[in-house]
Amino acid sequence: MAIQNAIEIQGLTKRYGALTAIDHISFTVRRGELFGLIGPDGAGKTTLFRLLATLLNPDEGSATVDGFDIVKQYREIRQRVGYMPGRFSLYPDLSVAENLDFFAALFGVKVKDNYDLIAPIYRQIEPFRKRRAGKLSGGMKQKLALCCALIHRPSVLFLDEPTTGVDAVSRGEFWDMLFDLKQKGISILVSTPYMDEACRCDRIALCNNGHLLGIDTPAGILTRFDEPLYALSGDDMYGLLLEARRAEGVKECYPFGSSHHLTVDKEFDVGLLEGHLRERGFARVTICPVKPGIEDVFMKLMQHE
Amino acid sequence: MNGFLHFVKKETLHILRDRRTMLVVLLMPVVQILLFGFAISTEVNNIDFFAVAPNRTEAVRQQLERMEANPYFTFKGYIDQRRIDYVLRSGQAAAVVVFAENYDQLIEGVAVASLDEAAVQFVLDASNPNNAGTHLVYLQSSFQSAGSVTAMAPAVRVLYNPQMKSSYNFVPGIMGLIFILICAMMTSVSIVREKESGTMEVLLVSPVRPMWIILAKMIPYFLLSCMGLVVILLLAHFVLGVPMSGSIVGLVGLSLLYLLLSLALGLFISTIAHTQVVAIIISGMLLMLPVIMLSGMLFPVENMPGILQVLSCIVPARWYIEAVRKLMIAGLSLSAVWQECCILFAMTVVLVGVALKKFNDKLE
Amino acid sequence: MSDIIISVKDLCKCFGSFTAVDHITFDVERGEIFGFLGANGAGKTTAMRMLCGLSYPTSGSGTVAGFDVMTQGEQIKRHIGYMSQKFSLYDDLTVRENIRLYAGIYGLNRYETLRRTVAVLNRLRFRSEADTLVGSLPLGWKQKLAFSVATLHRPEVVFLDEPTGGVDPVTRRQFWEMIYEAAAGGTTVFVTTHYMDEAEYCSRVSIMVDGKIEALGSPIELKKQYRAESMDEVFRFLARGAKRSG
Repeated sequence: MAIQNAIEIQGLTKRYGALTAIDHISFTVRRGELFGLIGPDGAGKTTLFRLLATLLNPDEGSATVDGFDIVKQYREIRQRVGYMPGRFSLYPDLSVAENLDFFAALFGVKVKDNYDLIAPIYRQIEPFRKRRAGKLSGGMKQKLALCCALIHRPSVLFLDEPTTGVDAVSRGEFWDMLFDLKQKGISILVSTPYMDEACRCDRIALCNNGHLLGIDTPAGILTRFDEPLYALSGDDMYGLLLEARRAEGVKECYPFGSSHHLTVDKEFDVGLLEGHLRERGFARVTICPVKPGIEDVFMKLMQHE
Repeated sequence: MNGFLHFVKKETLHILRDRRTMLVVLLMPVVQILLFGFAISTEVNNIDFFAVAPNRTEAVRQQLERMEANPYFTFKGYIDQRRIDYVLRSGQAAAVVVFAENYDQLIEGVAVASLDEAAVQFVLDASNPNNAGTHLVYLQSSFQSAGSVTAMAPAVRVLYNPQMKSSYNFVPGIMGLIFILICAMMTSVSIVREKESGTMEVLLVSPVRPMWIILAKMIPYFLLSCMGLVVILLLAHFVLGVPMSGSIVGLVGLSLLYLLLSLALGLFISTIAHTQVVAIIISGMLLMLPVIMLSGMLFPVENMPGILQVLSCIVPARWYIEAVRKLMIAGLSLSAVWQECCILFAMTVVLVGVALKKFNDKLE
Repeated sequence: MSDIIISVKDLCKCFGSFTAVDHITFDVERGEIFGFLGANGAGKTTAMRMLCGLSYPTSGSGTVAGFDVMTQGEQIKRHIGYMSQKFSLYDDLTVRENIRLYAGIYGLNRYETLRRTVAVLNRLRFRSEADTLVGSLPLGWKQKLAFSVATLHRPEVVFLDEPTGGVDPVTRRQFWEMIYEAAAGGTTVFVTTHYMDEAEYCSRVSIMVDGKIEALGSPIELKKQYRAESMDEVFRFLARGAKRSG
């Protein structure tokens, strides 16, 4: 019993009419793990969170949170989890301190009892404790919502897209906080549409359209990309994109930040393509092998579906 | 319990911070009472009339003098028979009193009136039928009090509201309306707001039973309505002069029951509505309209077509307004309204039951 | 000179004592993809509103598509396209009805409306979805449609406010190809994003910190200037210095 998993999911399915939001999903989150659900809007992440938070009943399959069944023992689960829904659910007309007090009362605890847990986060917004939550900036709202979800010292934390719409710097700080919480023994299930955040997790599940595309460590999932990948860059990037797609030996070519990524056939030859592109008048063309990123893997797995 | 007080505090803060809404809630009863009490009134204060009198005999002059002495009438002069239509159409007068040629003989019983010949004829502008009806009653009574019209006319005595002040009638109606508005609309909107903003998700995923949260939500609105009740009763009594001759305790008790019913209705609406707009539309259309149209607030239930009368039975305000009229204006005791109390109580029990059954602690 | 489509000089916007936008100055050339980056609260939205003719600057001057932001807000609105992440299409109208609605708003005649509707449907391979309610489309499709609708009247500049938030990586790239295509056709694209890889796709990027433009240049120039590997690093370096909390 002592080494039970924080979350166990078996064949979980949820349908809304004709739409299957979650389609036979199975995975486990270990105790003390920071587990990321990576996928775009419509992947079913929110539905999965609502199922695990016992707000919805599944149509098929089963799941346990902290060892309790999400259907039969939902009251026990509600004592133990912290949940931060997609939109930061705070009361905009209450002040920072009032919000925190209210959520503490909701879980029958006093703010000072668990202050040590939230202190590193709360200290950043404490100067604004009298300000109405509705007047806070996105990053501060996110921090306050996290404090509110933590105030009763939950053993499992559910965070549904906590970083959406937040700038890159605040996002980075937020992941640092999650790392600290993990160190304190809290199991965390977090979702995000930003692929670059995947590397901050212990393990990730890539999901799309209600399916899981793969579950692994961030490093492990990269090995799923088992073909050579090249990066192409030069002066006229849009022109290069169109031209490279027409070139021989190139299977796919898509923009990837400062370069275009190419997947290729066996006949592909770097020199040949380089020469071809120069002939067409493209300047400063460079093509070199490159390691795939999570997003490359995601797109590859997505197309396999 | 400590937690519960926290919830009540939080709801109170919501209300206090939304100043505009709070102002509306507190001012609405005052404005409505004053509006209905003074501005919108079906009473008639001044009836302009002309007279057609082929023979201006002593009896005719006496009758007209009596009417002129009455503050409700203004005698504008004699006109010719052919001008009746003109003065009514041009709005110079609301009525024309036509004396018969042999008025004197007719009222003294010397001559007998034939079917198409009366001693007095009233010609009224009935473009507003309500007003015309009232004018007619006034004119008739002015002749009756003189003892001049034939003894066959029934003597009418108006009970309970002898001056027929319409404001008396409106006060119970406004009470029926305002409590539904504050309790049902405001509670349903505030619950649905939490659904919309997503905070309901967090509330549900907490060990607290949602019923406690809901109950905590109702308390501030209940108190706010109680304040409204006090304001209305004070205004009604001291400004409009409504007698409050019945049992005050009974009246307050009945009103508290009605408040509970309205809260249950609000809770019920919040279980159906998913957005604040829907909640407002449901409470606006499904509650306000029946309260105004079917409760007897404006139109007497007895005059409605049968099917509407049946329909009005399920409008709680109908029973409440009826009972308040009995207690407040007729001055009856609580025992006179036991039927209405029972109906309201039964409605409350049913609504609370249905709402609780529908309100589950999941999202579906 | 006519190749400068947006020109802004010392533009300011104050709310009371708070200076949301603090003397920003920049030019955008015709056909550029101009990335407008900044942390939350840096003043991006406020600046964008002024450029779209939705709010008047407190001081400074600027022209968009040849019209003065101080005095000709209404003309500006007619010559630009605008699309935001939150609102752009009506969920309860079909794809075709949405297109027709916007064609009507911008005063296209019946023939043009029909022609461009067909063009958009073909371009997006939406022909079979023409009569589907927009609300039932996946987010990525909606955003591509929203972009097509925002450029339906062939505006000289199109403003995109976080157009790809939450969109899957494949559709996100398709979206950016639409942006490339529009830019290649001479439309100027003014775009904000939180995805730093998308910043690399822009011809030039400006980064706002505390209401001021701290950095401006092509991604290559900026990376060189800040000795960074990626735009992500450049952005983090600049935004960390922000005094206003993000």
